[in-house]
Amino acid sequence: MGVWIMAGITFREAARKKILWTALLAGGGFLLVFGLGLHFQAGDFRNSAVPQFLRYQVISAMLMIGLYTVDLLAVVMTTLTSVDTIAGEITSGTIHAIATKPLARWQILVGKWLGFVAMSGVYVAIMFGGTIAEGYWIGGVLAQHPVQGALLVFLECVVALSVTFMFGTWFSTLSSGVIVLGLLGVAFLGGWLEQMSGFTEGSRLAMVGIVSSLIMPSEAVWRRAAFEMESPLSGSLQFSPFADVSIPSIAMVGYACVYLLIALGIAVYHFGERDL
Amino acid sequence: MRKEFSGKVAVRDLTLTVRQGEIFGFLGPNGAGKSTSIKMLLGLAKPTSGESWVLGVPSGDVAIRRRIGFLPENFRFYEWLTPAELLHLHGRLCGVDSGKLTQRVPALIDLVGLTPHIHKRLQNFSKGMLQRVGLAQALIHEPDVIFLDEPTSGLDPLGRRMVRDIIRAQRDRGATVFLNSHILSEIEITCDQVVFIREGEVVTSRDMRTQQEEAVRVEARARKLSPECVAGLSRWSASAQVDEERLTFTTPSRDSLPEIMRYLVAAGADVYQFTPQRMTLEELFINVMGEDRGF
Repeated sequence: MGVWIMAGITFREAARKKILWTALLAGGGFLLVFGLGLHFQAGDFRNSAVPQFLRYQVISAMLMIGLYTVDLLAVVMTTLTSVDTIAGEITSGTIHAIATKPLARWQILVGKWLGFVAMSGVYVAIMFGGTIAEGYWIGGVLAQHPVQGALLVFLECVVALSVTFMFGTWFSTLSSGVIVLGLLGVAFLGGWLEQMSGFTEGSRLAMVGIVSSLIMPSEAVWRRAAFEMESPLSGSLQFSPFADVSIPSIAMVGYACVYLLIALGIAVYHFGERDL
Repeated sequence: MRKEFSGKVAVRDLTLTVRQGEIFGFLGPNGAGKSTSIKMLLGLAKPTSGESWVLGVPSGDVAIRRRIGFLPENFRFYEWLTPAELLHLHGRLCGVDSGKLTQRVPALIDLVGLTPHIHKRLQNFSKGMLQRVGLAQALIHEPDVIFLDEPTSGLDPLGRRMVRDIIRAQRDRGATVFLNSHILSEIEITCDQVVFIREGEVVTSRDMRTQQEEAVRVEARARKLSPECVAGLSRWSASAQVDEERLTFTTPSRDSLPEIMRYLVAAGADVYQFTPQRMTLEELFINVMGEDRGF
């Protein structure tokens, strides 16, 4: 019961943060620009002699770039909205009034975590759904497996959220934010290095990417999502930045799930042990 | 209990007992370890060594918190909530059923004088108003033990009186109140028992119901006070001072006053005035702690 009360109040707390509404506003701006881009591109194609096959590939690549932008926005928004919830409430003393109520510390932390999971889910659903809908209604293209793709992006957000919670039980708000954004940067760079290694079959470069993905698997999850959503032809022709050059396996998705559970477990343990 | 932070001792050796149904004052200068001690009693911090019990169970027990209320120092909470929403939330966390909350929340808001502000969000509240709503959340589940950390800081005199009345009402219904306050005059007229701590150790304790019998300050006016006569007062007091005809000293017990008076007369002093005064808690505090300790 206490977990759900905490989840509910955290969802409401998160939904009231300016950063969420700023992210949604930015998301709205993104959808507007993306829709206009698709509209103009589709219009230009109608007046050109570009073959239908090529038109489809170009619009598909645009859709993938759009979805990648949503992915980045979702992960950063999840991190920034949640970074203050543990560290900030410990620093300000807000947590004292809650932690002395008859609920275990793990219930407080897991409740808060569930609240942010729900908020991230809503954000991903709105932004992902909007982008997919624009791609279909304006550009006439549909991602291959949009539900799997959306779920993987959601998983990526939950990974970032769990890591943010974990560091939030140790460090201040600012330090936690810097560490998590740094890890996301490592994952981003590692993912692209691994992708680049596919063109030259460079094993050493690939190793750097794999290690980066093991340190923070968020970007690897996105690349799996891209693989799921991209049309097989675009992927194999290497027509988009997310072509099938180096595809993270299902095992990497499993690793991300285990990774987030371990991060959440460490957060629960350390929050339960530390002084408040 | 003992508490160290990175090798630095915050609470050296705290040993105390609070009787059920009393208002207990916890006093000490800044940095004496009061807040850390309260945190350990509430399970917010773990002692480096030692243990404590509240209501007969080890501190930090989750189930027993249903019977414990706590007002933290500088209470703050999600500022987008109204007082009623905040109390409903805390009531639900304490397991109070919604039917009871529907009755109890407006009554508590009225008790702490916030009815005119019931629809305002906490972000528009002053520090004193936040203290009031914090006090209400500590009482929402009618706890048996209530920890109040500086409950009157930020309150005006009327607000202090309101808190005092609420504390007494809680005691009258059988609750135990553990009160940490810097406002000694408040402690003096509210508490049943007071403990003074310094550097994480109990220095002394006073039963406020019998305190005037224990320590008395005397102001006398006398002539022919020889140095030997004043020195002889050390049998009853270590703080005798003479300024021309004015003699002041503090003695631990009122019972010794007739004997002191007889001594002064026998020593040749002409005594014109001999006035025992009740020692205020502030004087007692300074007497116990020593001056200039940053309190």
